[in-house]
Amino acid sequence: MSALLEKPLPSKPWQPKPKNLIPEILGALFTALSTFLIVGFSPLKGTLGFTVVLIIMAVLTASVVSGLRRDRKAAWNSTTTVLVYVAAAFVVVPLISLLYEIIRKGVGGFSLGIFTKDMSLSASDSPLSEGGLLHAVVGTVYLVLLASLFSTPIGILAALYIVEVKGKFAGLVRFFVQAMSGIPSIVAGLFIYAIWMINLGNSYNAVAGAMALAILMIPTVARTSEEVLKLIPTDLREAGLALGATQWRTVAMIVIPAARSGLVTAIILGIARIAGETAPLLLTIGGADALNLNPFSGNNSALPYYVWKNYGLGNELSIQRAWLGVFVLMIVVFIFFSLARYFGATKDRKGK
Amino acid sequence: MSITQTPKPRVITSEPRFSDKVFRAVVTAGGLSSLFILALIAFFLVYNGFEVFRDEGLKFLTGFDWIDALPDEGLPASYGLGAMLYGTLVIGLLAVIFGVPVAVGTALFLSYYAPEWLKKPMVLIIDVMAAIPSVVFGLWGYFILMPHAEYWAKLIHKYLGFIPIFDMPANAFSRSPFIAGLVLAIMIIPIVTSISREVFAQTPLDRIQAAYALGATKWAMIKAVVFPYGSGGVIGGAMLGLGRALGETVAVYTVLNLVYDIRIEVLLSAGGSVASMIVNKFGEADAVELQALMAAGFVLFLVTLFVNFIANIIINRTARKG
Repeated sequence: MSALLEKPLPSKPWQPKPKNLIPEILGALFTALSTFLIVGFSPLKGTLGFTVVLIIMAVLTASVVSGLRRDRKAAWNSTTTVLVYVAAAFVVVPLISLLYEIIRKGVGGFSLGIFTKDMSLSASDSPLSEGGLLHAVVGTVYLVLLASLFSTPIGILAALYIVEVKGKFAGLVRFFVQAMSGIPSIVAGLFIYAIWMINLGNSYNAVAGAMALAILMIPTVARTSEEVLKLIPTDLREAGLALGATQWRTVAMIVIPAARSGLVTAIILGIARIAGETAPLLLTIGGADALNLNPFSGNNSALPYYVWKNYGLGNELSIQRAWLGVFVLMIVVFIFFSLARYFGATKDRKGK
Repeated sequence: MSITQTPKPRVITSEPRFSDKVFRAVVTAGGLSSLFILALIAFFLVYNGFEVFRDEGLKFLTGFDWIDALPDEGLPASYGLGAMLYGTLVIGLLAVIFGVPVAVGTALFLSYYAPEWLKKPMVLIIDVMAAIPSVVFGLWGYFILMPHAEYWAKLIHKYLGFIPIFDMPANAFSRSPFIAGLVLAIMIIPIVTSISREVFAQTPLDRIQAAYALGATKWAMIKAVVFPYGSGGVIGGAMLGLGRALGETVAVYTVLNLVYDIRIEVLLSAGGSVASMIVNKFGEADAVELQALMAAGFVLFLVTLFVNFIANIIINRTARKG
């Protein structure tokens, strides 16, 4: 009896046993050691030499080890495995370098004072304690708000047209919205310059910049909203229609409230997409060193513009200012990025 | 008085109510406005650049010169986009050559190689990369990447200099198409990776398991199952990346030296980019040159729209098959 009651231990025969890991650990050790030796005793030097030797040695070791243990196919498999890992590492390296440099170069000039002053009374090569980027922050806030105001209705209506109304041109609209997301930002800027300044005779202001940004934001909002609306179960719509509601009431009272957090995510993703756009602003907002609280008239500034301008001025202190601008800009982008992920995550949890 | 009045028969109709008619009209107008905006962009760029198209004709696409008119010396203006178009194509192709293998490798890593705990952070890294503004890439590329990339370029020239494209007529390694291609490669990696990953995820599981059951190694499985299914999507993703690279402005402007000449040496500090040229010339442009810039913008618009169209057609077809 007792033999019957004995529970068999769960066994996972597919998982590698510690014994199987020995060749791999030995291989890794060999790779590291040989790399150090080769870099130490040959003319190859520096990070580049080290990286190249490491990759070659890793590929060699992996393929030789599995080639000896099994066959040529296994050797080739190991080679490609190492290469795939190398590719993934290549993606991580630039991002880490980028974030590290932004923090290292940007954090130095960072103080709360920069949010209270603009550059109207400071020269570009004055120390960083003088002046600030209040005008740029205000400009970016205006641009983001106005661009959202312009693009949200169009983006969400386009999504509703594709998903809810399913009109004659739904496929066409979908296709063109996809293609629209590939419009170069400079073309959006040129277009607004052409229509708003040349043909309608207005001058630089924040509204023009916001219109250019809205063109870039519409596809993001439309495509994300479309995905979100598609996730709303058809049962909800049918329930609404079965109760005698018109399509308008069904969409307004059932579908949109159900998709609300997703639609918010769509807008925030769109904002994250445009908050750092520079090229269209160079052609539309004119740039300013002083705070301009009126988005409807007069030159304005923006964070990316501030970075661009100070980079272009080219003296040591203005380049420090540019990095400071990058630092603040990245904080803004990351706030929207995190918000989008937060809302996106809550939507997923509800779905489950 | 027993009048039995039969009530009027209710009219049963599929005619939508008035509110629905309004609703559908508004939504349709909103949906079609994206088409309208695209048409407006094309129209206003052509309208404002019309005179340049008329005066230059086909020379606008093939000519190399970008010269303002000098009325004092009686020299007419001459605007040719040839060199810039060629340069744009070169840096776009370089970006694809550098970026796509890494992106496809990363997509494979995320789909088939990465341990569970690594997947989420890795996807986060790709998403963060996609959110970084191009001006930031430009500054990083100029101040951080360029010193390294110049050194790499010197090595390539030293050991592979006998190949014409790596030849150097002058000792100027900075701000070359090679470096612009590297920066663009990093910028297009997120989109190519995410498209490839989407396509790889649609590979039928039974085929994958069948390959494994027949004793295939992981790579043999990928070669036999994943690539045949996903190749269209990967090509589409690469083209989408190419479209982005062709239209990139600010990042390219900081790391590329614009020269109105066609040179095959990619390591030399001389390249071209239509988008950067527009920003470069915009500040000091007079009315005539502005028209030429509008025309250039229209050409860029057409090229990127075309690349995007093809890419989306390929991707949609692959996605539907899955």
